[in-house]
Amino acid sequence: MDNLGTWIVWPILLPLIAIIPIFLRKRSGAANVSLVTAAAIVLAVAGLARQVLTNGEQSHAVGGWDAPLGIMLHADGLSVFMLMMTAIVGAITSIYAAGYRFQGGGDSGSSSGYFFWPLSMFLWAALNVLFLAADIFNLYIGLELLSLAAVALVTLERKRDATVAGMRYLLASFLGSLAYLLGVALLYTAFGTLDLELLGARIQPDLPTAVAIMLITLGTALKTALFPLHFWLPPAHGSAPTPVSALLSALVVKASFYLLLRLWFEVFPAALTPAIAQMLGLLGAIGILWGSFLALRQHKLKALVAFSTVAQVGYLFLLFPLASTSAGWGVDAWSGGVYHAFAHACAKAAMFMAAGTLAYAIGSDQLDHLAGTFQHYPFSVTALTLAGVSLMGLPPSGGFIGKWLLLNSALASGQWWFALVILTGSLLATGYVTMVLSHILLRPPDAAPIEPRNTRVSFTLEFAALLLALIALGLGLAATPMLALLRIGMPFTGY
Amino acid sequence: MELSALIPLLVLASSILPSLLIFFLGEDRARLRIWLYLGAEIVKLLLVVFMLEGIYLGQSYETRIPLLPGVDFLLRANALAMLFLMLSAGLWLVTTIYAIGYMEELPYHGRFYGFFGLSVTSTAGLALAGNLFTFYFFYETLTLATYPLVVHRQTREALAAGRTYMRYAVAGGALLLLGVVWLQSLVGPVEFTEGGSLVGRNLNTSALVAIFALMIAGLGVKTALFPLHGWLPMAMIAPAPVSALVHAVAVVKAGAFGIVRVVYEVFGLGLCRQLGVLFPLSLVASTTIIYGSLRALVQDDLKRRLAYSTVSQLSYIVLGVAIVGTASTIGGIVHLMHQGIMKITLFFCAGILAHTLGITRISEMDGVGRRMPATMVAFSIAVFGMIGLPPFAGFISKWYLGMGAVEAGQIWSVAVLITSTLLNMAYFLPIVYAAWFKVPAVPFTEKLPPGRFETGPLLLAPALTTALLTLLFGLFAASDFSPLQWSALIAERELTTQPEVLGP
Amino acid sequence: MSQFSLYAVISMLIFSIGLYGFIAHAHLVRKILAVNIMGSAIFLLLISAARRDPTAPPDPVPHAMVLTGIVVSVSFTAFALALTRRIYAETGQAYLPETEPAISAQKQDIVQK
Repeated sequence: MDNLGTWIVWPILLPLIAIIPIFLRKRSGAANVSLVTAAAIVLAVAGLARQVLTNGEQSHAVGGWDAPLGIMLHADGLSVFMLMMTAIVGAITSIYAAGYRFQGGGDSGSSSGYFFWPLSMFLWAALNVLFLAADIFNLYIGLELLSLAAVALVTLERKRDATVAGMRYLLASFLGSLAYLLGVALLYTAFGTLDLELLGARIQPDLPTAVAIMLITLGTALKTALFPLHFWLPPAHGSAPTPVSALLSALVVKASFYLLLRLWFEVFPAALTPAIAQMLGLLGAIGILWGSFLALRQHKLKALVAFSTVAQVGYLFLLFPLASTSAGWGVDAWSGGVYHAFAHACAKAAMFMAAGTLAYAIGSDQLDHLAGTFQHYPFSVTALTLAGVSLMGLPPSGGFIGKWLLLNSALASGQWWFALVILTGSLLATGYVTMVLSHILLRPPDAAPIEPRNTRVSFTLEFAALLLALIALGLGLAATPMLALLRIGMPFTGY
Repeated sequence: MELSALIPLLVLASSILPSLLIFFLGEDRARLRIWLYLGAEIVKLLLVVFMLEGIYLGQSYETRIPLLPGVDFLLRANALAMLFLMLSAGLWLVTTIYAIGYMEELPYHGRFYGFFGLSVTSTAGLALAGNLFTFYFFYETLTLATYPLVVHRQTREALAAGRTYMRYAVAGGALLLLGVVWLQSLVGPVEFTEGGSLVGRNLNTSALVAIFALMIAGLGVKTALFPLHGWLPMAMIAPAPVSALVHAVAVVKAGAFGIVRVVYEVFGLGLCRQLGVLFPLSLVASTTIIYGSLRALVQDDLKRRLAYSTVSQLSYIVLGVAIVGTASTIGGIVHLMHQGIMKITLFFCAGILAHTLGITRISEMDGVGRRMPATMVAFSIAVFGMIGLPPFAGFISKWYLGMGAVEAGQIWSVAVLITSTLLNMAYFLPIVYAAWFKVPAVPFTEKLPPGRFETGPLLLAPALTTALLTLLFGLFAASDFSPLQWSALIAERELTTQPEVLGP
Repeated sequence: MSQFSLYAVISMLIFSIGLYGFIAHAHLVRKILAVNIMGSAIFLLLISAARRDPTAPPDPVPHAMVLTGIVVSVSFTAFALALTRRIYAETGQAYLPETEPAISAQKQDIVQK
């Protein structure tokens, strides 16, 4: 079967196909259809991964129509890496959502929880389209579908905060998309192709290209919430329903990051100046410090976790200056950044889920109200802690591998200031993780047991968070095979 | 995989597997938990003894697993590693017995024993780490595994102490990491080599000095070098078995052991001397010795006085490392072992006092010797050892340290040792005096009924055992396999590769 | 100046007008209109790029892009308007509140210190 090259279409087709029965069957069975689909997507991604590992990069012309009018799909190590990240987080979030009770009701009397299923499948399909796209216009399509699905998910529960945050998110997101699209239009008019590979070969350092690069970088940076364009993220991620927060923080910000990463190292190199990379790195560094600082000042658990995302996204942007300067250390920085993205996806989703479980159980996510929760929800607290270890970047977690690689390349390429930022960032992360733990672990002095609002938190909720946290931890020990996969078709030669 | 590659992994597995298993056991499966735990400890001790013999005969044990491109997870035993491994494995057993007697009143036994076992696994990993990366790996896992132990009581104070502890520990880890990565970016992966792995490489001196400083500062946090010692007295909020093993021995020793590794097996004594970093290190160590003793003088809380004493005593090891010479090397390394057993005895006794009579302050200890003679005998032996009276173990350490200082012509180090000994007397002897010769002001409030023994037998036995060892290690220092002889073996292996180092 | 350059300049101008409107106006419907204007500017650029050489047959790729772009734009507009209605229903106005509650609490915090 491996030579048929069809594994590549299933990660996109499966969620789209699943939406039909989900809509047809309405409430009954929506969750079950989604869970089965999630399992199928995991299998499809595993199949594609195996294919890429044995046969190298895969390409597929959809419907047999070749470019330029047809749509090409392309899978290399990086694509598969991101697909795996999406599959793992997506599947486990689906498990979590199956046990989660959404609040509020929908228009036609169906509960808002029902809409989670088709929208999350839609989101998943958009992500997979993005990760497999072989041209800059399909990347745009993926990005737009993603934004629509993501905003719809944020506003699912019809809460006032979430609606306003969703509107802000929608506007920011579309502004970013338009900037990107304008960049695409400029590149197409200048070089007459949309294909990533061809464009990379034809690109010239001239004024329209420089403008296009600026627009694309700005647009994606806005969508990835790079400081100072992060204003929309904390309210949107903090006020969304928990499974949605998990998906957004773990996956959606990574999608626009992936896009920039692709273009930056495979299309733009001939037209780049080191100054832009330094600029991105600098903003990333400020993001790390500022996001962590604000996380330390939060009084609500989910808001804290959302600000932590702003900080963690900053690490991703350190990759650009580190991987751009010297070829020898570029691989370390590049794979370190991508590894960090994966580890953060698992850890942050786990953290949101655990935080959501606690908030759901006691009916509030004020840090001050969390005392005594450990006694009732040890698994969630454990998940939160393990995820925290990865955010701090301590061994044996996946976050550590990313940090180690980035640090290595920062020092080896002589950019020690980034090394200091990376280390300061993990100190600040330690600060906010232990702050949360200090609230959660506190045993109320009167020893009166807390009165959970929802005494029966489904075990599914606790299990899903713990599973993801363990995966984030396990990534620290699985670095060798994962990095080997990542290196297939990576934009650095000679390794 | 060959047997010699498997054994280091088995040593780690023998404590990590039961610890993980214990997390999944029900809280009420106390008996199974204890048997599982003790069984694991005996397996571990047997493995360590087996390795000890092999190392003595020149056998090598090495496990190498690639973790990242160019970075291996490397476990390798040598004489130095075995000393620390023996210390952690041996004291784990006695402390567990003590913990069984102590922990009954506290909740969450499963969590306690689980993390306790993980801490010990981390120290075993630190002992066996064959390169800087692996060392750093376990240095951080030790931090993570000990945090839950510090906050075990889940009170506001414990959690505040936990936050301070994490801040110090992670900051220390970050400095160490920076040093490790920097060095690796200059010379590639650095493996510990007897005699120093940087020997014979031509490197930028100022970069090396900076790397040395970063590493020592990072390790100095756990070693509680002044001014990085702030966490140690705070961490004493943890339950007594934790203070005894983890904070008096495992964590602080991890730092001291790391300094020994960095000086002897990364930089090498010769290079350190060339760089001129040993003199500042000995200054820091001397300052810490005096400072810790002075702070200990004014503490009324027994555990805090012991904690400051730990701060002071640990720097003997660092001082021994910083003075170039065979005798001082032996003195510093043997103190790793000696300080461990003496200080754990003191903490065991402090825990017994708190547990049995509710005594936590020195001012409440008047006449306690008559109520608890066996405990106070153990306490007194450990105190005499700490002061350095012959024939106890501490005397051996101080004797070799002093000899080394004289050999190296560092008379002021001798003065530091003498001052510190006087200070030791000043803060320890009044306790012993009060316990034996004063009359209690108020009758003791018995929290534990005096049964056949003065306190729980499981509490008393470990304290007496380690006290006995304090005596035996001193009395039989000259026999084969005594810590002293083993340290001499280490010194020989570390120093003979470069005889020129020892010149004047 | 070629015909294409003229279109390019005009489309940039329209895009800028849209961007200005997006930033300057607080009313949500105006913001949504501004986004549409920016989108139209890009479509104009693409359409003009399709036939830079009047003698050659037009390039179909930009046409396909514009078609797709319009679909996306319509979806956005519909969804954004629906959200606007919901905001209006809940807050009685079609504006975004100055600051989010989550942030404002924390900003006050900063001011106090």
